[in-house]
Amino acid sequence: MIRVLLPHHLRSLAGVEKEVTVQVEGSATIRSLLDALEAAYPMLRGTIRDHATKERRPLLRYFAGGEDLSSESVDEPLPPAVADGREPFRIVGAIAGGSTRGEAAG
Amino acid sequence: MSSVRVLVGTRKGVFVLTADGKRKDWKIEGPQFGGLPFYHVKGSPVDPDRIYASQADDWFGQVVHRSDDGGRTWRAVGNEFKYNGEPGKHLWYDGTPHPWEFKRVWHFEPSPTDRDTVYAGVEDAAIFRSADGGVTWHELPGLRSHPSGPQWAPGAGGMCLHTILLDPATPQRLFVAISAAGVFGSQDGGVTWSPKTRGLSSNFLPEPTAEIGHCVHRIARHPSRPNTLFMQKHWDVMRSDDGGESWREVSGDLPSDFGFTIDVHAHEPETIYVVPIKSDSEHYPPEGRLRVYRSRSGGDEWQALTRGLPQSDCYVNVLREAMAIDSLDPCGVYFGTTGGQVYASADGGDNWTALARDLPAVLSVEVQTLA
Repeated sequence: MIRVLLPHHLRSLAGVEKEVTVQVEGSATIRSLLDALEAAYPMLRGTIRDHATKERRPLLRYFAGGEDLSSESVDEPLPPAVADGREPFRIVGAIAGGSTRGEAAG
Repeated sequence: MSSVRVLVGTRKGVFVLTADGKRKDWKIEGPQFGGLPFYHVKGSPVDPDRIYASQADDWFGQVVHRSDDGGRTWRAVGNEFKYNGEPGKHLWYDGTPHPWEFKRVWHFEPSPTDRDTVYAGVEDAAIFRSADGGVTWHELPGLRSHPSGPQWAPGAGGMCLHTILLDPATPQRLFVAISAAGVFGSQDGGVTWSPKTRGLSSNFLPEPTAEIGHCVHRIARHPSRPNTLFMQKHWDVMRSDDGGESWREVSGDLPSDFGFTIDVHAHEPETIYVVPIKSDSEHYPPEGRLRVYRSRSGGDEWQALTRGLPQSDCYVNVLREAMAIDSLDPCGVYFGTTGGQVYASADGGDNWTALARDLPAVLSVEVQTLA
């Protein structure tokens, strides 16, 4: 079992409490973890990574074991402590406040 | 007794305001989805308890929520809006080619005849249709692949398709409006489209009367007059009496003919409403006075409606989706502001009250008249 911590709005969307667990078949990678997460919670499709390209949405980041894995290959094995459930895989919304898109105008 | 339900999409969630047919005592529920921006929330005319809501932000992208119980509970439905084939390029702000990229749904238009059919107008501009209540979406690609597509350009809010007009009497006939491409009409259910911009003039274009490139902000129509269209353009209030084949300006004596929203009275097809905004550089009401203007002659001659609206120091904006009209008699008129106020008139605009004063910035207002 892999533990996943989702940001507030995605927990609300998925209807879950703070932490979810997913079962990954085969090698535990970011890709297989997200595949399993989206299979268990289909409403999350498109909110973490693009439907078609499967690329991470630009304002989300992946943290685990004190490391930023956002730029790592999604096919690299996850750290052992994440793969065996000792530590969670964290999906975090980047701090990007102060948007100037205050008005949907023009 | 009849009642009304006002659906308010804001920058930080959805609010539902309800009242009986007297429209005096209001109950405000929300926020639902607190903290998340909602560009549009609209119910089905066939089944008013079915409501679609467009959540779109930079973090999590597009989520489409559907309620089947009048907005009490929601579930996420399909959020995959895949352009048909190679998306191609349109013009960017500086006139250079820019790839077509889906960003968000600006507008839902539920079918007036089928509860499971709903259209979505999106940024970058395209129209999608769902026949299963929003679970799956399919583009009507004839619009985006119109030969003029590479000439379309974004307005300040993005290259959004924000107006979709369906005609219950002639279901094959559709109109859409895009900022900043213009108006397009289809006579074959959305397979083929043609520009409907003759008579429009926009000074920001190299050729002001060009067929493509007008920043249309909103189009409204009375159901009894399918050939009469009213438009709030970036500048200019316009009307067409021949189904968009030609347009003429009806700004008349408005204090400013810039604005975003426009709507038509429920029972008087020649009575229309706009909210003048000072300019495209300032985005607030002229003289700091929030006034709805009503014309009972389909334009040209306008009357300021001020009773109950702030007449000093008011610097809010009223966005394109943020006005709606119920079908009671007299009809109620509703609008929301970027300052978080929702104003309502239960007498066709003569007198206004604030239903809410401190909501998040209002992006959309729709009203349902319930039996």
